[in-house]
Formats: sequence, C-alpha cells, structure tokens
Amino acid sequence: MRMRDKGVYAIAAAMLAISGSAAFAKTIVVAPGDDAQTRLQEALISAAPGDVVELGAGRFKLTDGLSLDVPKVTVRGKGSGQTILDFTGQLGAGEGLLVTSDDVVLRDFAVENTKGDGIKSKGADRIVYYQIRVEWTGGPKETNGAYGIYPVESQDVLVDSVLVRGASDAGIYVGQSRNIVVRNSVALENVAGIEIENSYDADVHDNLATKNTGGILVFDLPNLLQMGGKNVRIFENVVVDNSTPNFAPKGNIVANVPTGTGVMVMANRNVHVFDNMLGQNGTTNVMVVGYRYPHQDPKYDPIARGVAIWGNQHDKAGWDPKFPGSQQIATALGGSLPPIFWDGAGGDEAKPVVSDPVPALSLGLTDLKASPENAQPVMLQNSTNLPQELPRIRLPESMEAAVR
Amino acid sequence: MRLLLAAVAALALAVSVKGKPADMNDAAIVSAEYPASLSAYGFFTGGADRPSPALLPYALRTPLFTDYAEKQRFLYMPAGAKFSVDGDGRLQFPVGSALIKSFGYHDASGKLNIIETRLLLHRAEGWVALPYVWNADGSDAVLKVGGARKPVDFTKPDGTKMSISYSVPNKNQCKQCHSTKDSVMPVGPVWQNLSFTNAKAQLAFEARGAAPAKLAALEAKWDDSKSGALEARALAYLRVNCGHCHKPTGSASNSGLFYDDHERNAAALGIGKRPVAAGRGSGNFDFVIEPGHPERSILIYRMKSTDPGIAMPELGRATAHDEGVALLEAWIKSLPVS
Repeated sequence: MRMRDKGVYAIAAAMLAISGSAAFAKTIVVAPGDDAQTRLQEALISAAPGDVVELGAGRFKLTDGLSLDVPKVTVRGKGSGQTILDFTGQLGAGEGLLVTSDDVVLRDFAVENTKGDGIKSKGADRIVYYQIRVEWTGGPKETNGAYGIYPVESQDVLVDSVLVRGASDAGIYVGQSRNIVVRNSVALENVAGIEIENSYDADVHDNLATKNTGGILVFDLPNLLQMGGKNVRIFENVVVDNSTPNFAPKGNIVANVPTGTGVMVMANRNVHVFDNMLGQNGTTNVMVVGYRYPHQDPKYDPIARGVAIWGNQHDKAGWDPKFPGSQQIATALGGSLPPIFWDGAGGDEAKPVVSDPVPALSLGLTDLKASPENAQPVMLQNSTNLPQELPRIRLPESMEAAVR
Repeated sequence: MRLLLAAVAALALAVSVKGKPADMNDAAIVSAEYPASLSAYGFFTGGADRPSPALLPYALRTPLFTDYAEKQRFLYMPAGAKFSVDGDGRLQFPVGSALIKSFGYHDASGKLNIIETRLLLHRAEGWVALPYVWNADGSDAVLKVGGARKPVDFTKPDGTKMSISYSVPNKNQCKQCHSTKDSVMPVGPVWQNLSFTNAKAQLAFEARGAAPAKLAALEAKWDDSKSGALEARALAYLRVNCGHCHKPTGSASNSGLFYDDHERNAAALGIGKRPVAAGRGSGNFDFVIEPGHPERSILIYRMKSTDPGIAMPELGRATAHDEGVALLEAWIKSLPVS
C-alpha cells in the first residue's frame, strides 16, 4: 500500500513537472484589427503560467494601457519591425504595457508613442526584455513619455538587444532593482540613453548610446525605499556623439544632465567604467559628481565613492561644455574640458581612480553646496592602483535560456 | 481528487440555487470561477436599482474621485458572518464576503443610470476584483475582465456640461489600486471614514461587526469645514485618493511619495521633494509640493491634468476634480514658506 501510494505520488509529481513546463502550456494568438485593445488585454488576463501570448504581425491600435499580472508568461511578437503596439491614440494609464508578475519574457515587438512610459515592469523578478523596440516616432520632444523600458523594484533584470528612441527621461531605466544586465542594446536620441538608478549589482555592456543628451547614467537619489546604489560595471560600450540638446521637462533630475555627456556617475558607490569607446561628447566623456541639491534624508549618502576608470578609448570631448560655469573653466584650461572630470565632492577619500592615459580634472568642489562657478580646478593624477574588479553579474539560467 | 469533489459540490450547489434568482449564491463568491453574469451572485434582484435585502449599503465620508461618477456601495456577508476592525480602523471581512460598488451618472431627468458594478470577492485564496458592465436594458451585467470604455455625458457640480470616455477598469487595473504587497485588498471600508444615508442602514451595518473599543473619532470629511481643520481635510483627501497606491506596499512604492496612514514626514508627503519618475508630469516644476505655492506644485499640476502621461491618479481621471484641487491648493497655500 505504501509503495502504491508512492507510485501515485511519483506520477502526480511527474505530471506536475510537465504541466509546469510545456506540455499543457498553450499559445494564445492575438492579431491586430478591430477591438485589439479588449482582445489583447483579455489574452493577457486569461493566460496561465507557462503560456505564450503571440502577437501577430501588424499594427495594434490601442486606447489604454495594457497590463500583465500572470507569472511565467511570454509575450512574443513577429519582430520589432513587424508587430507594433501603437499607443498614438492612448486615452488612459501611465504606460503602454505594465508587467507586475515574475518570470515574464517580452520579446520581438515594438511599442510606439505612449503618453507616459513605454513598458514598465514593477516588482517583476526575472523579467526579460529581448529584441524589443520602444520609440517615440517624432524623435526627441519634451511631450514624449519619460521612460522607454522601465524595470523597477525587481530582482534579476535582463534587457538585451533592444532599441529605444525619443524618451524624454531615460531610454532604458532600471530603478531600485538588484542583479541587472543591460547589453547589446541601442539607446538613441533620449535624454538619458541608459540609466541605472538606486540599484545594486549591474552590468551594462556592449551597448551603443548615441545622440542622447547623456549616454549612460548611474545615479542614486534620496527619499526612496531603496538607496545606496552600488556595484555597477559599465564596459565595452560605444558612447559617442551624445549631442541632443536636453529636452527633459524641468524638475526631473535628468533635466540637469549637461548636453554632451558620455558617462555620468552621481552619488553611487563602486562604479567601474572600463574598456568603452568614448568620444564626440561635447561636455565630457566621463563625469563623476555628488548629488548637489538640498535634501532632508539622513539615510542618504550624496557622495560618489569607489569609482574607477580604466582601459577606455577616448576620442574628442569637452569642446562645448554645457553646465553652469563650465565655459569659464574651459577657457581657463585653454578652450576645452578634459575627457574625464570629477566635481571633487567628498574630497580625497572619494576621489575616482583614473588610469586612462588622458587628462582628468577635479573641479575641487569638495563641499556639496559650492557652485560650479567657484570651481578650483586641479588635474587628477593618473593611477594604476585599481580596485579589485567587481564580479560578473550572473542571471538565473532560465533568463539566459529565454534569449538563446 | 478532493479538489475535483469540491468543484463538483460547488457546481451542484450553484445549480441548485439557480432556480431562485432572488436568493444569494454564496458558492459563486467563493468558487474558483469568474461568473460571466452578475446575476449569478444574486446581489441584485433585476436591475442595479434593486439591491438584494441581504446587501448592507454604506458610504464614505471622503470618497475616491472617479470622474464625478455616482457610487453605490454595499457589503455582503454570508448569514452569521461578522466583520472585525483592526487597529488602523480597517474592516476585516471573513471569507465569503463581497464588496459591491456600482458606478453611474444622473441623466437630465435626474434618473441614475448605472454603467458598471465592481466586485471584490473574498475567497479562500484571497480577494478577487472583477468588473461587470450593465447591459443596455439594465437587466443584467456581464463580466469584462479586459475593461471597457463608454461615452458618458454629465453635468459637473458647477454646471459645466461634460462628454467623456468613461473607463471601466480591467481586472489588472482593479488590482493596481487594490494592491497591498501584491495581493488584492479592499481600500474603502475604514471605520473612521464610514458614513450612512440613514440610521437604519447604520444600525444594520454595525450589527454585523464588532465596533472597535478605542479608535480615533471620525476622520475629517474632505468637503465639510466643520468636520476638521484644512490640513486634516487635505490629508484625508490625499489618503483616500492617493494613499492606496502611494504607500510603501502599494503600486507607487517606487515614488517614495506616501499618503497612507503611516507616513507623515515632510519629504514622504512631497513637501520640498523632487520628482523621481514623473517625466513630463513634472510640468517643469521642481517640487511635488512647494509650500505657499500651489501654482508651482507638481501635485496640483498633475491633479489638474487629464493627459494620461501626466494625470494623477492614473485611473478614472478623464475629468479633473475641481473641488479636490481647490482643497489641496488652499492647503499648500497655507503651508509655511521656509
């Protein structure tokens, strides 16, 4: 009897294992056309874990935000040039697509012209964005939505082979998350190309960030549930010609990013910038600064610490710097800013380690309240005393499998 | 096997009750299914204007604004069941309970036309939120998990005539506002904020639960200056209209802007706080609330807008709530300029 029970359990367990994978998973096909809003939203609600929601080729004309709250669902189109979720006529909701469940894969479709953010995933662990395009098709405009691809408050995030264009804040924005990879992607004509904010443990590599206001940003802000952003590696990216005049609505932190910024680190810890190709950035290729605004958050550290910069290839930079007081500094230095500069916040103990063989500058603004007009520039000595390399980010195998 | 038996039993129960539409169908509330028609539950005996005598009507002193829609709220609990009240005043309902909320508008003749009825069903696995849209003839309502849009004409309190695209939320959007730590939870029924249209309704409602021994007095009523000071009324409005998402366990937790019961420091309320992910919702202003300056406060800018990329709250806001805006403008104006 006992043996028999065991046998039944074994069969039940086997069936459960199968149902958890593919045997009972179904594919729900949704085509563009009349009432696409309701049909697609109902498919996203009726999907069961393991299912694929397959979006047909063509243009889905949508009037409201879509949302997915079922775990282990793949939403898959016919390609980011073929399957287009068109939100030009959007009447409600703060984003085009909102994902709030775990283990979701989004791939091979495009989201265009949302009124707010493009695709947001919140508290969605192990989310995968693959071969997605998010675009405001009119190009850079202040009236475009804020973020293109927007994972937040998530553990394990993969953004791979996406293209984002026209975001009035950040094209790819990862906020308050942990264990993050952003790779093989293109950020074009956004205010911030790629931004990692208030996050822990991120690899940003093999991306192209060009014609943004700022290419790649690593920020930490006060008054949030997760602060103390740290352990970010920016490597093997091409960050060139970030020249689009800042078009962010004022009040947003990125509205203060100077046009022509390559990589910008603000108030983070342990950020390693290495083996990138950087150039044609009119303000500078790499900028390291403190958070220089008043705040009342005793738990917040506004100083950037543990920043290391090595192995990067630098092309022309700094000929047209765009932050207050920068023209005077450039004049004093013979016409342009060097390709690397640090505001000096926090003093010597916070000084970035720079081993790139190019001029690097400290503005000497140790005090966060000091204005750039009061800069006392001194050159930063090159150093070979690099910190220990941060470990490579490893994602759960299920996420890597989803993009193979 | 046990599950299957339970399902069969539930089905049998459902079938046996079906012949008596006037009766409540307790099994429909707790079953794993989503009944396609509202009539399956027995909450209404015909149209939306005929609630079952088993429903307990209630109202809220400070309600959530939804495009000036008229709302009718009911509680249903199975026979013998009772609610309790937790330390914060939140009513706790046993499994098998349902919260029923109808939304509609008065037409020119004064008749109330109900568009939709939203259900919160307390099942063994937790609360489930479902939207039902009434048929054109008002005889029954059908489940629309994907939501719906309906053209609506109405007149605002100030006499302005409005034509809007009224949005019935989809099932996920229901959860967006009713979410606590990723579970669906009721929002409205808080002891300090309950009100009743008459003493009979109040007696019937309160008889079904244990009144809390010691709780704060009734909360300020947002539009009644005799009920509390300006700040108390403003904070009550913010709690009800924003606090369901803007709390550390809610949909807007990443904003760091909190209007629930527990967060009362200046930055969490937005006073002198810079936006985080507002995008063009910032309106080119620096602070969520700038004391003394409602005209430069992002909170007011977003409350006044009906653009989906800017408007707050995000749902039920094809119209701005002029009276709510006026209350918060007055409060921000009154805040000391530092």
